[in-house]
Amino acid sequence: MAVIETRSLTKTFGKIEAVRGIDLSIEQGEIFGLLGPNGAGKTTTIGMLCTIIRPTSGRGIIAGFDIASSPTQVRRNVGIVFQDPTLDTILTGRENLQLHARLYGIPAGVRALWIDEMLSLVDLKDRADDLTRTYSGGMRRRLELARGLLHRPAVLFLDEPTLGLDPQTRARVWEYIRKTAQKENTTVVLTTHYMEEAQQMCGRVGIMDHGKIIALDTPQNMIDSLGGDIVAIRAASPPLDRIRSLPEVSGVQVTDGVMEVTMKSAHLHLAALLGLIPEVRSVEMRKPTLNDVFIKLTGRDIREDDAARGESWVETIARHQQRGK
Amino acid sequence: MKTSRLLQRELMGISAVWWREFKVFWREKSRIVSSIVQPLIWLFLFGSGIGASLSVENVHYRDYIYPGILTMSVIFGSVFFGLYIVWDRKLDVLKSVLVAPVARISIFFGKVLGGCTDVLLQVIILFAFSFLFPAVDLRGIPQALLILLVTSVALVSLGLALGSLLESLEGFQVISAFLVFPLFFLSGALFPLDERLPSWLTGLVKINPLSYTVDGVRGALLGMNKYPYIMDLGILLLFAAAMLIVGSILFSRMK
Repeated sequence: MAVIETRSLTKTFGKIEAVRGIDLSIEQGEIFGLLGPNGAGKTTTIGMLCTIIRPTSGRGIIAGFDIASSPTQVRRNVGIVFQDPTLDTILTGRENLQLHARLYGIPAGVRALWIDEMLSLVDLKDRADDLTRTYSGGMRRRLELARGLLHRPAVLFLDEPTLGLDPQTRARVWEYIRKTAQKENTTVVLTTHYMEEAQQMCGRVGIMDHGKIIALDTPQNMIDSLGGDIVAIRAASPPLDRIRSLPEVSGVQVTDGVMEVTMKSAHLHLAALLGLIPEVRSVEMRKPTLNDVFIKLTGRDIREDDAARGESWVETIARHQQRGK
Repeated sequence: MKTSRLLQRELMGISAVWWREFKVFWREKSRIVSSIVQPLIWLFLFGSGIGASLSVENVHYRDYIYPGILTMSVIFGSVFFGLYIVWDRKLDVLKSVLVAPVARISIFFGKVLGGCTDVLLQVIILFAFSFLFPAVDLRGIPQALLILLVTSVALVSLGLALGSLLESLEGFQVISAFLVFPLFFLSGALFPLDERLPSWLTGLVKINPLSYTVDGVRGALLGMNKYPYIMDLGILLLFAAAMLIVGSILFSRMK
């Protein structure tokens, strides 16, 4: 049975429909990504799933518990890493985990053991007894990850887990996410603006726009649905019709003197393609990304600078409420 | 069986929050020191100064205001402890606590317990100085402590209630000026409630629940009470119950 199951999950703030009927089914052990621009409804969706935000209508079941009628059981079965850091900076790393362990009712007998385990899993054992206000951004994120998983939840929600971190730290945090989730076969649901990272991390992704999931598949299938790789060629007078007639080619587009050919397995058929064109000045071949998928679906780009001014739950809700008035 | 398990979890949640508050309190040594030094300054600099030319019913003024200054410590310590959640919310410290599988009201009670513990520890340290006040009867300390504890429960709840309403720290000043200082000055902490007071002032003092704290503690330590101890305690228990109800409702509604 699926760990997460939603049926027409909907949230409106006043007149604003933040989430407009989401149907999801996520299996245990999946790493699932919710992608989309700001305001798409990702954070609200996660908020409803971890019972912070009450759905307007629809149903959501997590680990067998209904998010509306059994929020406490749902909470016990989910871990959350918020977009903004929420560590208690006047406590040490270990004390943060101790507080969490007590709040989640982890029995006193195993508390110290589980805490030690998580601390070594995120490589913070030697800094465990320092105040978290002395931690770097990456260390704080790792500790939050450890905290989110400490009570061994069925599902871990990560809202923009790498926002505001430098690229190297980001890569390491992803590594830790993968490693820690694998340990207990935890289901991970994450949101991110970094498309390449989603592509690498997630088994499946759902692309959200205007409160709806507009595409749901594996990153590879989504990219394949674009019809293959993209070959950009500068040439004097390419024979467009002959190129189109190649069986591997699914599309040809010329913009500003650059011809973009979409074709399957370009690395195998590039020679045949180039053989048709007399005067090739330059060739560039690239794999399409999830961003290309998003552009194709919406006609817009998910901008990275959008991610930089990412907002918190509170701000999202406040914004929606304001608009609703 | 199921309800007892549920109750056990909630109690664990309450103790978790309590434990956190105590850790934080213990870590911020400078806050403890200043919370002890400030009342001592009142007692020895203000009390001795005024006391040089004033005594109340043959009790040295410095000794006379000792119960009032204990009350002052409780007022300021408790209300500001509660208001401090505005800051916690600003720093998102509370967020991870609020999503835990623990009822809001348990988190509220944990906070109240934490605040009262902080304040009572300060009061106990102040009691250690009571040998410096000849008029104080040390045998009254347990009775005084009970009055101060109940007062602290009421005021931490009040602080938390206001803290859950406030959006920003700017409100601190307003509450300080319009609530905390009037509550203190109108409690009779620094002057006796007798027929020489203007009637408007007497009226205000009488409706201030904290006047009964001062009266109860003054009775216990100096034997100079206007009302019976049990009446002071009863009024304060009602006040605390009301504040607990209001506080838990507002805290539960807090975004």
